[in-house]
Amino acid sequence: MPKYITTIGLEVHAQLNTRSKMFCPCPAEYGAEPNTHTCPTCLGLPGALPVLNLEAIEKTLLTGLMLNCGTPEISKWDRKNYFYPDMPKNYQLSQFDLPLCIGGGVPLYDLAYPKDAQKSIKNPGKVVKLTRIHLEEDVGKSTHTGAGTMLDFNRAGTPLMEIVSDPDIDSAEEAFAYLTSLRQILIYGGVSDADMEKGNLRCDVNISLRPEGQTELGAKIELKNLNSMSAIRRAIHAEVARQTEALDKGEKLIQSTLRWDDERGETIMMRTKEDAHDYRYFPCPDLLPIRTAPLVEAARARVPELPHQKRARFEAAYGISAYDAGVLASDKALATWFEEAAGADTKVPAKKVANWVINELLGRLNEAGTPLEESLVKPASLAELVSIVEAGKISNNQAKEVFAEMFASGEAATPIIKAKGFEQVSDTGALEALCDEVISANPAKVEEFKAGNDKVINWMTGQIMKSSGGKANPKVVGEILRGKMA
Amino acid sequence: MAHHIDIQHTAKLARLKLTEQEAVKYEAQLAKVLDYMETLEGHDLSGVELTAHAMPIYDVWREDVSVEGLDRAEALANAPRKTAGQFLISRVVE
Repeated sequence: MPKYITTIGLEVHAQLNTRSKMFCPCPAEYGAEPNTHTCPTCLGLPGALPVLNLEAIEKTLLTGLMLNCGTPEISKWDRKNYFYPDMPKNYQLSQFDLPLCIGGGVPLYDLAYPKDAQKSIKNPGKVVKLTRIHLEEDVGKSTHTGAGTMLDFNRAGTPLMEIVSDPDIDSAEEAFAYLTSLRQILIYGGVSDADMEKGNLRCDVNISLRPEGQTELGAKIELKNLNSMSAIRRAIHAEVARQTEALDKGEKLIQSTLRWDDERGETIMMRTKEDAHDYRYFPCPDLLPIRTAPLVEAARARVPELPHQKRARFEAAYGISAYDAGVLASDKALATWFEEAAGADTKVPAKKVANWVINELLGRLNEAGTPLEESLVKPASLAELVSIVEAGKISNNQAKEVFAEMFASGEAATPIIKAKGFEQVSDTGALEALCDEVISANPAKVEEFKAGNDKVINWMTGQIMKSSGGKANPKVVGEILRGKMA
Repeated sequence: MAHHIDIQHTAKLARLKLTEQEAVKYEAQLAKVLDYMETLEGHDLSGVELTAHAMPIYDVWREDVSVEGLDRAEALANAPRKTAGQFLISRVVE
C-alpha cells in the first residue's frame, strides 16, 4: 500500500481589538443589538468613502514584528470583488499584492501541542513559515431562518487580519500547536482577544496528500467551518483518512472546498474548482497607499516579551523547571498572576509559589471551569499561604485544605487556619513537655534509638502529633527529641 | 488584436446578462483595452517606481476613535423587508 505525505496550510482570520471599525469610526463592539453600529460606509451605501484606521495598521505591523515578518516599503488596499449579501457593496476591502507583512513564522511551543501528543513531538522547535499577513474588513453576520436570511451589519467593516501560512504543516497535531502558539502570541501582543469560541479567531485549513516520492503537491482541498481547536484536529484526521481511502482506491482528488460537520464527524462537499471564485482584485481608488517605515518603528516600541522569552526568563530568574516555566508562560494572564504572587513576598521561594499556582490553583480552576480572572484567590493571598507553610506553621496537607477554603470563599489564609485550629504548636516549652512525656513513657524505644534505629523518631513524633491533636510542628518535635535523647 | 476575452464569463462574474450583440461589441472593446496595455511592454520601465495609486498622496488615516453612526431605524429605512432589527432577504445557503 502506498504511503502518502500530508501537507497542510492554514488561513487564520483574527479580529483586531480596536475601538472603531477599519474604514469608518463606528464602534467595533461585539454583542450589541443588531444593526446599532452602522453608517453609510459599513452598510455599503453609494457615495460613502472609507478612511483607514491607523491603530489597526499598527496592530497588524506589531503582529508582523512578533512573528518575524518583513514589510514592503509601500502597502496598499485592493478590492476583492464578489457578490454575497453579508457584504452589500459587492467588494471586500482587502490587500492583494502589497500586504502589510510578508514571510515570517510561528514557533510551535511544546506545550501548545495537544496534551496526548506532547510526548511524541516529531519536529521539536519547528517554526511554521508564513506567506503573508494582510488587513481587510470583516463582513456582516447572516442568520438563516425559515422566513429567510437575516442580516446584521454590526460586524461589517471591523478590522480583520488574515494570517496565511505556507503549506508547511505536517499533521493535525502540528496544526493544533500552530493555532495554540499563534493565539498565545496574539494575546501577548494585545492585538486580538483570539477566542475561537467567540469567533475572534477563525480558521480555514488547506490540506493535500501526495504519494511518497512525489514532489508536486496533491489536489488542494479546503476545509471550512472549523469552530474550535478540537474540531480542527478532528477534521484534519477525518479528511486525511478520507483522502487516503480515495487515493488507495485509485480515485483522483480534485481541488474543492468542503464543509466540516463536527457533529457527524465528516466533511461535506461545498464546491469544486469549476465554480471557484474569480475575485478580479484591483487597487481601491478610494484608499491611498501608506509608507510603512515610520509605522513599523512605532510598532517596534510595542513588541512585548514573547511567550518563549518569558519562559526562558522564568527559568533563569526563579529557578523553576523548563516545564513549569512553559506552563506559566503559556498564558499571559497566568504569567502575570504568578509574577505578582512571587513578588509579593520575596522571602518565599518562587519555586514553591510556582508549584502552588500550577498544581493547586490551575487544578482547582480547571475543575471548577472558572477563568483565572474570576479566581477569588489573589496573588498576595497565595504568597501569604505559602509563606505560612514554609515557616512550618502548618503542614502541606493542611495548607491544601486551607487553599480549598480560600478558593471557595476568597477569605485570607490566616483566619481560615485559625478557624480550623490548624495552627501548629512551635512553642518549644509546650512541645518539650510533650516530648518528655513520650520519652519517659517509652524507655524501650529510647534504647532502640540509642542503638541506632532512627525510625524511632518518626514513631515518637507520631505519638506527639496524636497527643497534640495534630497541632505540633513535626519538624520542631523531631529536633527536640533528638536533643533530649542524645 | 492579440487578445481573446471570454466575455460571457466576465459578464457572469459581474452579474450582467449580455445580448449576442452586446457580447460582440464589449468583447472587441475590452480586447482593445488589453492591446493598449501592450504598448507599455514596449518601453524600458526598469527604473520606474511602482505606482501604488493614481494619486501621488500617501498616509491618509484617522485615529482609532469610535463615533456612533446611524440609529437603527435610519439604517433600516430603505430595506424592502426587515425583521427584529435586521435586514430580511431571501434565504441564502452556501
